[in-house]
Amino acid sequence: MYDFNYHRPASATDAAAARKAAADGVYLAGGMTLLPTLKQRLARNSDVVDLAAAGLAGIGRDGGTITIGAMSTHDSVATSSEVQSAIPALAALAGGIGDPQVRNRGTIGGSIANADPAADYPAAVLGLNATVHTDRRDIKAGDFFTGMFETALDDGELITKVTFPVPAAAAYAKFANLASRYAIVGVMAAKTGDGIRVAVTGAAGNAFRATAMEQALAGDFSAAALDGISVDADYNSDIHASAEYRRHLVGVMAKRAVGEIA
Amino acid sequence: MSEQITVTVNGDTVSARPAANTLLSTFLREELGLTGAHVGCDTSQCGACVVLVDGKSVKSCTMLAHQAAGTNVTTIEGLAGDGGELHPMQEAFRDNHGLQCGFCTPGMVLSAVDLVSRNPDPSEGEVRSWLEGNICRCTGYHNIVKSIRAAAKVMRA
Repeated sequence: MYDFNYHRPASATDAAAARKAAADGVYLAGGMTLLPTLKQRLARNSDVVDLAAAGLAGIGRDGGTITIGAMSTHDSVATSSEVQSAIPALAALAGGIGDPQVRNRGTIGGSIANADPAADYPAAVLGLNATVHTDRRDIKAGDFFTGMFETALDDGELITKVTFPVPAAAAYAKFANLASRYAIVGVMAAKTGDGIRVAVTGAAGNAFRATAMEQALAGDFSAAALDGISVDADYNSDIHASAEYRRHLVGVMAKRAVGEIA
Repeated sequence: MSEQITVTVNGDTVSARPAANTLLSTFLREELGLTGAHVGCDTSQCGACVVLVDGKSVKSCTMLAHQAAGTNVTTIEGLAGDGGELHPMQEAFRDNHGLQCGFCTPGMVLSAVDLVSRNPDPSEGEVRSWLEGNICRCTGYHNIVKSIRAAAKVMRA
């Protein structure tokens, strides 16, 4: 790891200021991706701005909305009684990320800012129609993920929290890589205030909605309604799974998720 | 010169000025001489370097020493009692032959302590699932799982 200046600001405002003042700064959330990246010298940042003391952790429910602070760990989401009762699919998704030690450090804000194509949270953000709140604005889920490791965040823009409208029902099914537990394909299916939503992660460059499935489920919310629907996308193909296999898995995982709540 | 940090390690207050890019595993091993945190893969996969930070298991190779400022760190050296009596988890690993070469053992034991602190009576499946982040290349999982369940029984008694 190259050397860098380490900062541990005590507020989001101070964090943004430290990031802005740096020549080539980067925010450090849980560090589960950033630290391995720095260790391998794939990145060389002049300044690392640790968000641990910036007051961005915490989970709460306000009526029909679950609010999760950006620095809330996967473990805290998985074990939160409020998340478990309001959106059990979200608690289960968080509890299936990586391994216990990753869940003890990794955060929701870090995960979605990184926007790994195989990360679990993007399926939840998109499938549950969440809103990503930053120090500058609110970004709708549908506008947030823009490409592989690409988001709508501007340079230095800081995620402060994510709000999830409580759905009538939701379920997440994942075909996990056996070594990393990243999603080869993960599907979040939900009955939300905005209708049926089906969001897919792991399959393409970034999470996307399977609109053909949403339309079929609007008429008949059952796994059988998905028979024969092949979702078109720019599928990834790698050593873990071919594009054709991922396309197939989208159908299988969607049926599993829908079957859980149909 | 980097900032001073204060960390409680195995009950002792430690103040130091590690370089910003010092990993917690390096800090523990090379500055404090606590070599029980083994660096196996150094890529946050194998779990040999697991320590407890404020009671939660973390991979010390994937955390900066500075991130541990103000926390309470427990390494395998700090698990036994002051008189050297083994922690029930260590005792159970000994009784059930929960180790072969022993390289993964510190991480296994500390990871298991975290598990039992949340789940006093884990099923075999829950133990196996929890050990996702701890790899034993002797493939001695059978006795490791047995050890953890035996320790859980003692710890909840």
